[in-house]
Amino acid sequence: MLDFIMQDWILDLGWIVAKIMVVIGPLLIAVAYLTLAERRVIGFMQLRKGPNVVGPFGLFQPFADALKLMAKETILPAGANKVVFMVAPMLTFILSLVAWAVIPFGEGLVIANINVGILYLFAISSLGVYGVIMAGWASNSKYAFLGALRSAAQMVSYEVSMGLVIINVLLCAGSLNLLDIVEAQREMWFALPLLPMFVVFFISTLAETNRAPFDLPEGESELVAGYFVEYSSMSFALFFLGEYANMILMSSMTVILFLGGWLSPIDIWPLNVIPGPLWFIIKIMLVLFVFLWVRATTPRYRYDQLMRLGWKIFLPFSLIYVVLTAGFLLITDRLPAVVLG
Amino acid sequence: MIDALFFYLFAGVMLTSGLMVVVSRNPVYSVLFLILAFFNAAGMFVLIGAEFLAMLLVVVYVGAVAVLFLFVVMMLDINFAEMRAGFQKYLSLGLVVGGILVFELVTVMYGDVFSNGSLPIAIEIANTTQLGGVLYTKYAFLFQIAGLILLVAMIGAISLTMRKRVGVRRQSIADQINRRPEDVMEVVTMPSSKAQNKAKAGAGSVDHE
Repeated sequence: MLDFIMQDWILDLGWIVAKIMVVIGPLLIAVAYLTLAERRVIGFMQLRKGPNVVGPFGLFQPFADALKLMAKETILPAGANKVVFMVAPMLTFILSLVAWAVIPFGEGLVIANINVGILYLFAISSLGVYGVIMAGWASNSKYAFLGALRSAAQMVSYEVSMGLVIINVLLCAGSLNLLDIVEAQREMWFALPLLPMFVVFFISTLAETNRAPFDLPEGESELVAGYFVEYSSMSFALFFLGEYANMILMSSMTVILFLGGWLSPIDIWPLNVIPGPLWFIIKIMLVLFVFLWVRATTPRYRYDQLMRLGWKIFLPFSLIYVVLTAGFLLITDRLPAVVLG
Repeated sequence: MIDALFFYLFAGVMLTSGLMVVVSRNPVYSVLFLILAFFNAAGMFVLIGAEFLAMLLVVVYVGAVAVLFLFVVMMLDINFAEMRAGFQKYLSLGLVVGGILVFELVTVMYGDVFSNGSLPIAIEIANTTQLGGVLYTKYAFLFQIAGLILLVAMIGAISLTMRKRVGVRRQSIADQINRRPEDVMEVVTMPSSKAQNKAKAGAGSVDHE
């Protein structure tokens, strides 16, 4: 009896590990090619060519970069707090991967289908700030510390409006489960009725991932490289990978909340034969392209303007929109039905 | 069996990190251990099926409150020797307070508060729905009052710390946004380069950069 249970248990574990590998493997390749895509896209937007030498169209460039970073020496600054210094990049990287556990790639294609999926995503994304603060503090460097302080304030501020935007979506969907949220968009994507919230959410994700025009924590022109200025080789690479994996994560969150997840735009013949996961990936790529587009075309925000945008514009706006959405749903009797015990 | 294993794992790590919060010499370590303790508490909530509370604990305490803690503690310039000097002085007081808390816990555990069976958790309905159903109907007024108390605390903190300083130059955002190119710059129509060159050749000098 006992070894029967044990066998079952090992099978379960193996199955879970296999599922995780199926998600993480392509994700890491996607991260590698996102770095290449970023340099190429921004290159073309700025009338340059971008990296095009290593391999056909520069396709092997990410691997060359990865090899270079691995071959470099890991430097521990003399005054650094060694444990925290080494834990920070690991934490950033791990947090950018664990969130993928609840992302649905298609109908039922999800590692962990939990009831509070969206809250889990929100919780994990709000933890990303720890990697940055710990790195900034442990480096024992002024530039790194300033970058970390900026990042902490920025991420906490934009989380508030992000939370309120998510409440808008939840009011329309009536569930915290990501599969249910996507199913609720079968008739109409939430991007249409909640268009202003879609824009607010996208801008907040830019701030949350420390991307241009909100990349003050890195601020090359003033802070050298911000919180990871003291990092080299693999520990730097982990920050780098974490940042890009977070970009993909935030894009997929946008797709799930507003662009109908794996659903095809309209339910007609040539579009609905394309499998769901493919739609999901196409939509993520579109959102990622906008990420890069924004970076190529907008100048960096000033710090006080960044705070003003978060607290004085997005927060009241999304708060009012919650009231409006709730009122509209109540008056038109469209509030999703909730079964009470 | 696995449930019990995870319970002892979470409980053990939580107690150890709780102890480390108090014992750590470096206050930054204290806050980091506090965060670890929060995490394990969230894990325990998940084990009893209260996943909504678990996520809320992570979002509110770990994601926001502890960040501000860490923020402040990192900026403090603390003299560790001075901090440890008061340890013996406050030890007796701390022991008394701790003793009272332990006594209270034991009386609650062996009293008849928890004796009427297990806690009423219906598994069929998601606990988000359950909480919402109770919080916004039966306890709606209490919920509103809790919100009001928080609002008053917030306004109090702002009014205590806000002071009007004179002589500070502030930015007027409206002015900045309303600024139009016509107000601040003058567009001059220059003669074409051919005409310009002719004029310059007449003057006798053409400078190149």
